Amino acid sequence: MTPALAAASAAPGFLSPTGVEIAFVLVGIATLGAALVTVTTRQLVHAALWLIVALGGLAVEYLLLTAEFIAWVQVLIYVGSVVVLLLFGLMLTRAPIGRSPDADSENRLPALVVAVASAAALVWVVVDAFRTTWIDLDGPAQGSTKATGSFLFRNWVLPFEALSVLLLAALVGAIVLSRKGGRADARAGGAPAAAPDREDER
Amino acid sequence: MHLAYPAVLAALLFCTGLYGVLARRNAILVLMSVELMLNAVNLNLVAFDVWLRDRLHSGQALTLFTIAIAAAEIGIGLAIVLAVYRNRGSSAVDRLRDTAETDEAETVPAGDDEDDDPADAATRPEDQATAPAGKAKKAEATP
Repeated sequence: MTPALAAASAAPGFLSPTGVEIAFVLVGIATLGAALVTVTTRQLVHAALWLIVALGGLAVEYLLLTAEFIAWVQVLIYVGSVVVLLLFGLMLTRAPIGRSPDADSENRLPALVVAVASAAALVWVVVDAFRTTWIDLDGPAQGSTKATGSFLFRNWVLPFEALSVLLLAALVGAIVLSRKGGRADARAGGAPAAAPDREDER
Repeated sequence: MHLAYPAVLAALLFCTGLYGVLARRNAILVLMSVELMLNAVNLNLVAFDVWLRDRLHSGQALTLFTIAIAAAEIGIGLAIVLAVYRNRGSSAVDRLRDTAETDEAETVPAGDDEDDDPADAATRPEDQATAPAGKAKKAEATP
């Protein structure tokens, strides 16, 4: 028996899934469905709300992979702030409520071809590569808050601090970009329709 | 758990986001699709970190950094989209053609103007006023 065959027979098969696997696949199907609705729906606000479902499903997947801290960070940052920011953006750009006929551009067919081709290629390669690979989820959780704090502040302190500088730069940049008045405003001449929005923005 | 499950889910989510980036017209919907792609990468990072049992936990640390960078990216992206909307009265990505190479690529197709909302129409003269300026700027930029 070759080593590959031995590894394949030693690992549990696809036909005898564990409970975690069943839960992962079910949540994964829901997540993928929500993501598909997000990119295909014609109602812009519904797209943002379906994005919440997709991101929350991913948080559940992180929990199933024993990465608890990342799951809660996902809920806090993505579901809590990013989607709210996106909804704010939709409202400030006066996105139409209800079905908008021009949500998709005219290159839908090439986009579909590219996406399906890349999905087929990626799934084929990934399944072929990791068919006999097994994640061992037993033992202490690898992503608990204690473990996360330990590795983050023991081994990753410098990137963490650099990231805080990046967040500060992003904050300053967003303020400068959306500031009222200044040179950019004089050049634009003040678009009358969008003018009331700017007080709400910051 | 088989590693193939999270890997396949991440690949499919990434391709869903790819379709959204290519097919959507509204810039905010494009940003949502970018978020989907980033999340697919995060799922891959977490799954491979749990599989490899890395002592440094590089995958989970990088996932946290990716989440923070995605938050910064969405803030800057929305600020840019709002600035474009203020100046142009539209957030459709296929109507921002000022940096096109040729003049016929720069002209917006006529069919796009029919389904505009009134707020869009109010800023229309200003939109056309900036178009020649952009063209002149491009003319002096090209030798």
